[in-house]
Amino acid sequence: MATEWSDREVALGEVRIRLARGGAGRPVLVLHHDIGTLPRLPFYDALARHCDVLVPNHPGFGRSPRAEWLRSVRDVAVLYQWLLCELGIERPALVGLGFGGWIAAEMATMAPTAFHRLILVGAMGVKPPEGEILDQAILSYIDYVRAGFHDPAAFARVYGDVSTDQLVEWDICREMTFRIAWKPYMYSQTLPHLLGGVTASALVVWGEDDRIVPRSAGELYAARLRRARFESVAAAGHYVDMEQPDALARLVTAFIEGN
Amino acid sequence: MFTMYFTEQPMSAYPAEEGLKFGATALMFSNRHFDPVAGSRLYNEYLEQYLYAEEMGVEGIMLNEHHNAPFCMQAKCNIFAAILAGATKKVKIVLLGNPLPLADNPVRLAEELAMIDMISKGRLVSGFVRGGGQEQLATGVNPAYNRERFEEAHDLIVKAWTVPGPFRWEGTHYQHRVVNPWAVPLQKPYPRVWIPGVLSKETIIWAARQRYPYIALNTSIEATKTIWQIYDQVAAEIGYQAGPEYRGYLHQVHVSDNEEKAERNARQFMWMQGEFTGLAHPVWSSPSGYFSPEHRRQFVEFAVGRAVSPRGRPSFEQQVRDGRIVFGTPKTVLPKLRRVLEETRPSIYGFWGNDGTVSPEDARTCIRLLAQEVMPAMREMGKELGLTDPFEANTPVHLNYSTDLQARPQAAE
Repeated sequence: MATEWSDREVALGEVRIRLARGGAGRPVLVLHHDIGTLPRLPFYDALARHCDVLVPNHPGFGRSPRAEWLRSVRDVAVLYQWLLCELGIERPALVGLGFGGWIAAEMATMAPTAFHRLILVGAMGVKPPEGEILDQAILSYIDYVRAGFHDPAAFARVYGDVSTDQLVEWDICREMTFRIAWKPYMYSQTLPHLLGGVTASALVVWGEDDRIVPRSAGELYAARLRRARFESVAAAGHYVDMEQPDALARLVTAFIEGN
Repeated sequence: MFTMYFTEQPMSAYPAEEGLKFGATALMFSNRHFDPVAGSRLYNEYLEQYLYAEEMGVEGIMLNEHHNAPFCMQAKCNIFAAILAGATKKVKIVLLGNPLPLADNPVRLAEELAMIDMISKGRLVSGFVRGGGQEQLATGVNPAYNRERFEEAHDLIVKAWTVPGPFRWEGTHYQHRVVNPWAVPLQKPYPRVWIPGVLSKETIIWAARQRYPYIALNTSIEATKTIWQIYDQVAAEIGYQAGPEYRGYLHQVHVSDNEEKAERNARQFMWMQGEFTGLAHPVWSSPSGYFSPEHRRQFVEFAVGRAVSPRGRPSFEQQVRDGRIVFGTPKTVLPKLRRVLEETRPSIYGFWGNDGTVSPEDARTCIRLLAQEVMPAMREMGKELGLTDPFEANTPVHLNYSTDLQARPQAAE
């Protein structure tokens, strides 16, 4: 049966967040990539068969309007704590995809006992001990997104002939990314030192062919989080959620539902 | 009419075919193609040409800066400005200009400019620019805050120049515990500020609101007219009459002692394959957040090759037809320049005389003919056409020093 998704706007003070919500069960907050998200993805549907899935658009990304004052990823993390509070959601699992993984990790360090599970997929947010996070500032929109797929056919399956509306959205997302994550680019220098306080069990997932965030960043997360497991996914680039949705959903739901 | 000489100071010794092969001539085009031996020679040639220009009677020398590109060797326009401040006696040193957003410490800029003004005995014109998109990336400055930083840095510099310190600055992008530079400009209230630009409407409006002259950089006559419509309308809304004294134009003009040589050298304006005419990677030249949101749709289509560049990439012949490139002997170029004066009525005229691989001898000929024949004739035309420049008109340096603002007409009840 297809998942029914509701779509609403939530006001957090002057900030307005677009929120898609579907499924039933344990709440899971899914935080999307720096390129925004398509409104519906097979990965979200697969999760929603087991959980109450919440997919907000980050402020200034996609359908959520920009908050001019917002200057850091940590600000976004605080806003999402506020969102959970506003919705009365307690002890959700966090699923952070790429850039969203940075936000999720920040949230977990702010409230070390507040989350049921922490799942980071190709997460940005820490300086990779080896290699560098791919700089989108010097790549065209399509080239950057393509770099996140292991298989070019997977890119085509998800985005088809990229529409101009999609390009505009990627540019808006890129501008907002610059506004909050320009320098240092895509990581926090302090986050690694704060991860040790997180009590939730963590799953760190990496696409075997992630060319956007080096695997060494994932290994660092797994080493610094006190209860973490590292899993890699075959035939996947950075966008594991779009390239191997079922495999990722199986890993994530099993981890959320496990003891 | 105020006239000035300009060259981009091209790194003309770089292998141009490598740029074509790479597909871009800025930012990521490797500096292994920069030859410092040639660089040393060229810097000194350009310096000699400026000194020669003064000797020949040029009124002003315009300087600029760019980063990570062969089309302009000046990585810091204040360095050449400082050299000219000491090495010349009469020319105005016109910086068009310092890219304010690139400065992490605008107070330092205020100090440097004050030093240049004092050393030159008050000959500085201190233009300010946003810097190209590539410059933001080359210096690691956030393009999304480019305009905010431009305006805040400007306000801080002007305050440092005009308000006795010490004071404290708590801004959005700049915070300074103590602003108290022991170097302030000789010119009062502060050196004239001119704002150059190409197509950004926001910058035209901002310049008009400050009452700073706007310098249109090599735009077509039609585009230039649109700029003045925008500028004049803003000025009228604020309560002053904009006219020639607020209008500048930078024009690619190569003169020589014969037509054939002039054309051959003018084709060197196409050598510069980066800034205005071509080999720029769209995402580098316009990083997200740098350009106006109203162009977003058009830009992203251009960036992925679905639309032509908003700036176009016209051929040499097309630019000659549009009047953006002019070449010839003094006698043949003057009627063409007169048409620009008549149609767009600027009082500040920059002659972008030499580019690319024009030989030092031909560059000197161009400078001599500009200084001794073209510029004097232009000044005469300026008198005849009533093109009074800001120095002659003694216009206020900034809107805040206006004594002639008209109350805006009230809407009828």
